[in-house]
Amino acid sequence: MTAPGQQSVARRALPLLSLIVCVLLWHVASSRHLHLGLVTFQNVPQPLEVVHAAWDLFQSPKLQNHLGASLGRVASGFLVAAALGVGLGLAIGRFRWVRETLMPPLEVARPIPAVAWIPLSILMFPSSEGSMIFITFVGALFPILLNTIHGVHGVDPRLIASARSLGTRRWAIFARVILPAAAPSVLTGLSIGMGTCWFCLVTAEMISGQYGIGYYTWESYTVQNYANIIVGMLLIGLLGMGSSALLHRAGQALMPWYRPGGRP
Amino acid sequence: MNAILSLSELAPEVSTGRLHIDRVSIELGSGADRFTALDDVSVNIAPGEFVCLLGPSGCGKSTLLGALAGHLTPSRGQLRLDGAPIGGPDPQRGLVFQHHTLFPWLSVRDNVAYGLRMRGVGRAERHAQAMTWLKEVGLEGFEHHYPGALSGGMQQRVEIARVLINQPRVLLMDEPFGALDALTRLKMQELLLALWTKRRMTVVFVTHDIDEALFMADRILVMSARPGRVIEEIVVPAGRPRSAEWLTGTSFIEHKRHCLALLRDPGVTVPLARLSPIPPAGDDQDATSCSD
Repeated sequence: MTAPGQQSVARRALPLLSLIVCVLLWHVASSRHLHLGLVTFQNVPQPLEVVHAAWDLFQSPKLQNHLGASLGRVASGFLVAAALGVGLGLAIGRFRWVRETLMPPLEVARPIPAVAWIPLSILMFPSSEGSMIFITFVGALFPILLNTIHGVHGVDPRLIASARSLGTRRWAIFARVILPAAAPSVLTGLSIGMGTCWFCLVTAEMISGQYGIGYYTWESYTVQNYANIIVGMLLIGLLGMGSSALLHRAGQALMPWYRPGGRP
Repeated sequence: MNAILSLSELAPEVSTGRLHIDRVSIELGSGADRFTALDDVSVNIAPGEFVCLLGPSGCGKSTLLGALAGHLTPSRGQLRLDGAPIGGPDPQRGLVFQHHTLFPWLSVRDNVAYGLRMRGVGRAERHAQAMTWLKEVGLEGFEHHYPGALSGGMQQRVEIARVLINQPRVLLMDEPFGALDALTRLKMQELLLALWTKRRMTVVFVTHDIDEALFMADRILVMSARPGRVIEEIVVPAGRPRSAEWLTGTSFIEHKRHCLALLRDPGVTVPLARLSPIPPAGDDQDATSCSD
């Protein structure tokens, strides 16, 4: 028998409790250097070491460089991918001739993972900065493009018919009807694209960066500063979470009429 | 009903909104699926007339409406509004579907004001006119709601206001109240008649409901299925405003029986697919294909 008040306290405490248990398990495994056959915790740093390493990084001026470099790359790659993905997606979804012209090369390029582009992009871009931004761009482009096309195909043809009967001109249909009607699907594409953006960026930085969170993580491994690896991983997680939350907020602000999961 | 009576005295004379449907045939689908949805239909509709197209599913009534709206091009024949050929969609010919097509991302007020916005009317003027129309359809106080928050009947009221704000010469309605419950439907029918009485315009109203056609129309065009043809024209012998007396009188029953017999004709085959009067999404050019 529990009172409703207690129940809600328990419910709110549960996520925190779950996090604490995870950190405790990590602590136990790493401090006892558990060796489980398949996997070993012998070289895994302990939570306290990670906290210290994180504290050191936050004190250091390098943090700003790493964060600035990574955020700048993700922002450039993502913005270009968003502009191109949404623009192309609208045109491909709406016009058959654009679809027939552009889809074949895109279909060939689509299954190639962005990471597989790394060697070629290093060859193609004189600056490593350019190649890293290109990789994040490629990673984000396809989810954005495909979801936009999907969204355009899902637009109720009656909406377009009504808009035209109400005096909307051919090109205004894009801005007035197709883009807003496809917006929920576009937002889904942007969220997925943001995720792949971070994934690709970190990989690219590990290979050719001089600054950046991915570079920091990989460099920590090569100089055997194991606690820093986990600091880097957690930072990547936090940045990914933050950018997703930002997108979610932007989506809510731009589409107050839309509630995911329910009918608008 | 009293409201309608008092309004009918104000009914303005109209001289625009004359429709000529001249030997129009429309073929839909492509390749082997191509078929004649509408076969050699000729009808003249006078300014301010209320005409119902009555027929079973697939008789081409929605197709004809889609052509009048300018979303479908006839394969043969010509459609004219006040002498000018119909060559595409235009706010002069307002279109209302069975299920609303309000923009979910615009508030009720902005939906109603949409047509004015497309014409470049300023914000203050737009909003003022939209509020007038919302009052007219009984939706004062809902202007800031999104369409998704309204009931089906309210959504159709907004839809009607959004079309009428453009002061169309012709109002085209494709089973506009078909998805509403009986009581709401009755209220909407009365609202539409009141609006039509006050600002007389030509109405072409598609329905498969005989009672609705007999209650609303000046003239009923009964259509048969595949190929779609007008098989009979019935001038409804009742004055306006229409009262409960008409709805329960012997003349009404006789007309209803007659319509039922026409619709039940064993020669009339009911097709499998319902036809959409507008082309599918994405294929802008392909105006004659059909799907639902």
